[in-house]
Amino acid sequence: MDLPDFWFGVITLFWLGYLFLEGFDFGVGMLLPVLGRADVDRRVMVNTIGPVWDGNEVWLVVAAGATFAAFPDWYADLFSGSYLILLVVLLALIGRGVAFEYRGKVDSERWRRTWDRVIMAGSWLPTLGIGALLATTVIGLPMDAQGDRIGAWWSILRPETALGALGVAGFALLHGAVFLTLKTEGEISRRARRIGLRLAPVALLPMFALLLDVQLREGHGWTWVSLGVAGLAGLVGAQRLAAGREGQAFGALGLFIAAAVLTLFGALYPDVLPSTVDSAHNSLTVQGAASSHYTLTVMTWLAAFGAPVVLLYQGWTYWVFRKRIGTKHIPAAH
Amino acid sequence: MDVLGIARWQFGITTVYHFLMVPLTIGLSVLVAAMQTRWVRTGDTRYLAMTRFWGKLLLVNFAMGVVTGLVQEFQFGMNWSAYSRFVGDVFGAPLAMEGLIAFFIESTFLGLWIFGWDRLPRGVHLTCIWLVAVANFASAYFILAANSWMQHPVGVALVNGKPQLTSIWALLTNNTLLAASSHTLLGCLSVGGTFLICISFWHLARKHRSAPADHPERRVWFTSLRWGAWVGLVAFAGLAISGDFQGKLMFEQQPMKMAAAEALCNTEQPASFSVFAIGNVAQPDCESVKTLDVPALLSFLAKGDFSAQVPGVQQLIPEYQAKYGTNYPDDPALGALAGRPIDYVPDLPVTYWGFRLMIGFGGLAALAAAIALWFTRKGRFPDNRWTASPWVHRLSLLAITTPFLANVTGWIFTEMGRQPFVVAPNPTGVSGLFLYTADGVSPGVSAGEMLTSLIAFLLLYGVLAVIEVLVMARYVRGGLAGDLPPDPPDPTDSTDSTGATPGSEESDALSFAY
Repeated sequence: MDLPDFWFGVITLFWLGYLFLEGFDFGVGMLLPVLGRADVDRRVMVNTIGPVWDGNEVWLVVAAGATFAAFPDWYADLFSGSYLILLVVLLALIGRGVAFEYRGKVDSERWRRTWDRVIMAGSWLPTLGIGALLATTVIGLPMDAQGDRIGAWWSILRPETALGALGVAGFALLHGAVFLTLKTEGEISRRARRIGLRLAPVALLPMFALLLDVQLREGHGWTWVSLGVAGLAGLVGAQRLAAGREGQAFGALGLFIAAAVLTLFGALYPDVLPSTVDSAHNSLTVQGAASSHYTLTVMTWLAAFGAPVVLLYQGWTYWVFRKRIGTKHIPAAH
Repeated sequence: MDVLGIARWQFGITTVYHFLMVPLTIGLSVLVAAMQTRWVRTGDTRYLAMTRFWGKLLLVNFAMGVVTGLVQEFQFGMNWSAYSRFVGDVFGAPLAMEGLIAFFIESTFLGLWIFGWDRLPRGVHLTCIWLVAVANFASAYFILAANSWMQHPVGVALVNGKPQLTSIWALLTNNTLLAASSHTLLGCLSVGGTFLICISFWHLARKHRSAPADHPERRVWFTSLRWGAWVGLVAFAGLAISGDFQGKLMFEQQPMKMAAAEALCNTEQPASFSVFAIGNVAQPDCESVKTLDVPALLSFLAKGDFSAQVPGVQQLIPEYQAKYGTNYPDDPALGALAGRPIDYVPDLPVTYWGFRLMIGFGGLAALAAAIALWFTRKGRFPDNRWTASPWVHRLSLLAITTPFLANVTGWIFTEMGRQPFVVAPNPTGVSGLFLYTADGVSPGVSAGEMLTSLIAFLLLYGVLAVIEVLVMARYVRGGLAGDLPPDPPDPTDSTDSTGATPGSEESDALSFAY
């Protein structure tokens, strides 16, 4: 395995880390109006992710930055090609981040309701958009030999784009519901469990459909294995949730998204961004898109020292804030 | 407007907007960390109140800085895909470093600091805010490493027509970077210092003009004001020194930018510094402009020698044409510019006035700091008709904007002065390594998409600006409500959790919750 291959693996891991971590905090935001009936309920929900959402979001920033550094053409072609999808993601993420910080800053019902809507939209839209982006990089888009999109903005939309969008959204919903059963207590926890059980039979289906589609289209032999693991992990997750073992269900969902990302990027390899027009010439490959050996070496040292430290202190944060939160923990409005 | 124009406007607007939040975050985070350190060291509740009050404003502002920073990370790929492909081997690495080293620390430890008041031991909690402050500095350093490389490419070879990184060390010790980062970080401290001065003055002058020196709230505002004034003044001294150093570098590295900064039409020896101009500086022939000059000063600013020759715009144009060509290539990707003559002169009114406004606003901020220090010497606050005047109170709030404006105008000058290049050529570096801004824009994105994006950002940023200022104003007006612990602390009082001393027995309610 050479450095470009290694960095393809690292980018895969960034996607994985991002979808796993921000998956549940998006899910919490998406479920905000469904599970949070009273204001104090919604505050409980927001505070389960309060100390960590920003750190989770940095995974997206680092995934983008690392793609830029290790595969500049991948970054440039995908981001300019998926222009409007990313625009929506950005606008929504801006609103969402500000909403968490500002919703409690003015003591008015209207003010808080408005920000609650921003949090909900700001969680749904990026989830759908990131899913669409994931599907786009795996399926490809119509590109010329320079990597520029051929056709108008909608020329990148395909059935798989919708599957990817719904796939990540479905996963985030279920992941968020299970996370809330683990991190809250009392009525909210019970409500989260009920909605999780109701979602479980359908939430993972779009992602699984995307995996099957990609596997049949461009899969390798071994990606059948990860595909099987994803299917199994999904079933086990639903079963564990039904059995009242939310911790195990949460772990199984983590395995599901890991196996799903592995299948998608495994099938994609050795491409990073296929072209749906004249794919033999125009597709972007791991070797073709990679930065120079020197740059990748620098980046490898950076990742080798940086990433484990990040994992350690992010893990520590979850340990510090490990306690369940209930309505009795919420102080008066400030 | 064509794609290039829209992409440039969007980059300018979103970057200037982002850089309104960033200096305040950087400046305040280090000040808040210092306040909390004083509190942990001395146990004086004045410092706890300072930490809490300024910490709240830091958080309101930090959120906006984070979310507007996302746009920066994405728009290189979205709007400037050709630029990204060209510089990717070099430019991506500092961006990835910024994320992996700085952003993770910043976001994670800020979360720990906000929510950790009663969960973490005091020392650990204090370490969190220091880590945030240091990571803020580090993120500025890495992004400036990327920007300085665009100003002055080093550590690269040209391979297949594209720059390839040969030394990350050269990139991270680029002299342009050392100058730019010290100048920028001092600019951030100036913002933080002025913020403290103006808001503290407002509170002191309105409510505590005649309060005794040991009045608890007066002590908080008075100490904040003194801290802000010292920081503002020292930052300004540093800004002058680092600015002088940076200016001299720029005369070597981008002579056209500096000639444009002076609207210096023709080479002069010795060259005089224009303090002020009447008329239109847009014409590089200078016939229609009268300026107020200081003889020989520009020679000294440029070369450290009062008799040195400084090249003017008219003499630099043929020099640039000989080195970098007279016409754009006849490439359809360049749109209207294809085959056209290259205009090497940056927008002169913008560079000339940008440079002067930067210095002027920075000077005003320093003046405010000096006045504040003088009138509050020996622990006194003047109680007279000036400090009682509502107009002076309003003026003090208005003065908050001065270092912000200095930062903004300085950056607009720096970036506009680099035009028509996005990657400026290094006169002593690899020959042939530069990129015209017109060559960097995304070829595959339509004007309609970009315009949608520009309008969407304008609307959203406009709304958010109003909201941020409103929320900030509420907190400023609210003063120290809830920040000063009850005196003496009553250990049996568990009703007011916001006043609970950190590290005390855990109560049921969180010490902080969204």
